[in-house]
Amino acid sequence: MKSMINKFGLPRIIIAGFFLLLVMGAAYFDMNMPQLMGDVLRRWGMFGILALAMVPAVQCGIGLNFGISMGIVGGLLGGIIVIQLNIAQNPALVAIHPLFAGWAAILTAILIGVVLAVGIGYLYGLLLNKVKGSEMTVTTYVGFSVIAFMNMVWMLLPFDNGELIWPNAGKGMRNTISLASSFSEVMSKTGEFSIGDFSVPTGMLLFFFFMCFLMWLFMRSRTGLAMSAAGANPMFAKAAGINVDKMRLVGTVLSTVLAAVGILVYAQGYGFMQLYNGPMMMGFTSVAAVLIGGATPKRALIVHVLVGTFLFQGIMTLGLPVVNQILPEGNLSEVMRMIISNGIIIYALTQTKGGDGRE
Amino acid sequence: MSTSENYVLKMDNIVKEYSGNRVLKGVNLYIRPGEIHALMGENGAGKSTLMNILFGMPVIHNTGGFEGTVQVNGQEANIDTPLKAMELGIGMVHQEFMLIPGFTVTENIKVGRETTTSNLVSRIFGKSMETLDKKSMRKDAKTALKTIGLQIEDYVKVAGLPVGYMQFIEIARELDKTGIKILVFDEPTAVLTESEADRLLDAMRVIAAQGIAIVFITHRLDEVMAVADSMTVLRDGEFVARKEIKDTSAVEIAELMIGRKVEKLVDESTEPDTRQISEDNIAVSLRNYKVDMPGEQVRGIDLDIRRGEIFGIGGLAGQGKLGIPNGIQGLYKAEGEVKINGEPLDLEKLGDALNHKVAFVSEDRRGVGLLLEESIEENIIFSAMYTNGKFLKKIGWMHLYDGAAGKAHAEDMVKTLDIRCTGIRQAAGRLSGGNQQKVCLARALTLEPDVLFVSEPTRGIDIGAKKLVLEYLAKLNREQGVTVIIVSSELTELRSISDRIAIVSDGKLACILKPDASDADFGLAMSGAWKGGQES
Repeated sequence: MKSMINKFGLPRIIIAGFFLLLVMGAAYFDMNMPQLMGDVLRRWGMFGILALAMVPAVQCGIGLNFGISMGIVGGLLGGIIVIQLNIAQNPALVAIHPLFAGWAAILTAILIGVVLAVGIGYLYGLLLNKVKGSEMTVTTYVGFSVIAFMNMVWMLLPFDNGELIWPNAGKGMRNTISLASSFSEVMSKTGEFSIGDFSVPTGMLLFFFFMCFLMWLFMRSRTGLAMSAAGANPMFAKAAGINVDKMRLVGTVLSTVLAAVGILVYAQGYGFMQLYNGPMMMGFTSVAAVLIGGATPKRALIVHVLVGTFLFQGIMTLGLPVVNQILPEGNLSEVMRMIISNGIIIYALTQTKGGDGRE
Repeated sequence: MSTSENYVLKMDNIVKEYSGNRVLKGVNLYIRPGEIHALMGENGAGKSTLMNILFGMPVIHNTGGFEGTVQVNGQEANIDTPLKAMELGIGMVHQEFMLIPGFTVTENIKVGRETTTSNLVSRIFGKSMETLDKKSMRKDAKTALKTIGLQIEDYVKVAGLPVGYMQFIEIARELDKTGIKILVFDEPTAVLTESEADRLLDAMRVIAAQGIAIVFITHRLDEVMAVADSMTVLRDGEFVARKEIKDTSAVEIAELMIGRKVEKLVDESTEPDTRQISEDNIAVSLRNYKVDMPGEQVRGIDLDIRRGEIFGIGGLAGQGKLGIPNGIQGLYKAEGEVKINGEPLDLEKLGDALNHKVAFVSEDRRGVGLLLEESIEENIIFSAMYTNGKFLKKIGWMHLYDGAAGKAHAEDMVKTLDIRCTGIRQAAGRLSGGNQQKVCLARALTLEPDVLFVSEPTRGIDIGAKKLVLEYLAKLNREQGVTVIIVSSELTELRSISDRIAIVSDGKLACILKPDASDADFGLAMSGAWKGGQES
């Protein structure tokens, strides 16, 4: 029993217990369980890749990457460009199948996002190599700063598609951009099937699992193993002839790229793209998810992403309706999200031992 | 020792155990007023523990105290806190300077013991609010500085002063304490240049002439002969001898420090030595080799290690022996000419040593040697996977880790080296010291090296594992012709296995000795009495 607790980890048991409690609560209040469960799956797929972005960051040694907003803005730019170019409405593509046009749009967006994220991630990585030992603080503020910076950029970008700019010939980007005419739910709807009210967003989940598989492959490659070693023990890596700074760059770029992909998958599942302060707290949500899954600031595995995102998003999905039944007044779900995500981050940080482990 | 003699400090029959491990086994230390008494012994002989007892350090009393008696000025003293030691007039000049860089010389000398005058506020709020009497503080500081002959203005800030000056300020601070009777110098010359060291020795004579007894902890025999009146030698926690310097010689002291029976590990009679070792076939050649490793500086070494031999590198801690392999491996900045089997090594290029088939087992197992949270398997295969591309299989354009091959090899190694574990998936950090060392060794061997550097192979592991590791190294050398270079603080260990032993002192090669050279030779070499690197 004790060894089982150790293996699974006390925080996970508590969170999983809480999740089960919410499930029972939902059943007790006679809610639409199949629909809620379908929602859990949908949010799992939406947030999964953003949480996956933590794996290369932690493994390469920069720790929890609160600054995935760096990659997120790259992904958002990719999405905007695709809408501006109206790819999803291209008659030739729509003629094949509307869903195909949607896929063409999101894949183009991902491609542009990835290219941008590689560049951003490289610069970001150079910065992080200069601040060894205090990466987590730096990533947090870099994440906030880039949001503030982009707030100006969104206002100034010269796009003119009616879907993007403020209505009535306004200037600058809208706060929330509808994807209804581009790639809203293309992944979720692909191969989707329902059992009663329980619907499974097959395409999105498969895409999420595929990204996990790619990550898993990378982690077993020569570079991936070297990157993990550089993160786990820089001196060890150095003794084995590994350029630690280069490995940190690789990890940072990968993390940023995954964030770019992740935000587009998130946006298509949601149906909207949120600019300005929308992605501000995405870093915290993703960090909390992997930590719930069992990751530490020194070690994160793909299984932590899968378990953690499921539990965290499960609680978020079920929490709102259940808590609203118990305490009808006020918007408690946001409060709960803050408590759980910040609480688990604090817990994880108290569990780590200072600096780079060499003192 | 006649009882009529008047000792300022008498420590009698001191015994100290750390969790069952006896580190002091009945040690005596007698010191007369005004004499300079050298306390000598190798690393781990028990000098620090003895001094910790004298100062009532918490580390002693938190671990069950000690046995034996301490008398100061003929009075039995129960020193259980550092404060008590201070009140009894015992002071210390630390090896790492305990100075505040942003403070002036005066402030550093007087900190904690400021002279103050009362004022209005202090009458209400107490003594901590009193005004500093700067004038009298400066006067005190000047007196102390003058005593030791340091020409320096008392108002300069300590930050940026030369190391030698800082040492003198420390001494001035101790002297300024009223009623100081015993002053301990813990390896004071280790960080000084030669001329600074000479001045320090002069200052010590001046201090002793005022009737203050000095305990002088040092490794350097020449300094002891130059300045000390008497000395005590410890070895492995045992009291070896107390001698007057005028009755002894450097050679005798060296013998006393080392004197230990050496057991040959490799039995030449049953296993005839068939190795072909010649002076022309050089595996590792160093020319003007320097390494900037903090605490283990290598300051220009010329050395030739022959192919196929077991070469020992010894010396006291901090003298630079550890810097040699660490520099070659690229862990610290190194310069000079290094040739492996005649080919020059690019010291700027990370991992170049590995490309030349040089493997390294680090002295810092947990810090450098292992991925503590990863499995034994990953630890064993890692370097070979990264450097030689072993245990990788090609799928499409990707080179992925070949789990089956890695597992088979790791299991094989676990068996060969008898690594005690629950299985190759166990995290390396969970193993005992000896088994961790074997994992490090297994990784180095997986690289199939020509030259194997093993740094402190038996540090922190038990006797059984120690013997096994050493025997395995010997076997590797005999059967596979690997040139093995062992860097170790334990001279016995080096003498039991090496063909030749280089002694490093002060970052330079003192000499190269045969393992059966006399104790006195080893002692003299380690104490810095020999310089220049002659081969005997």
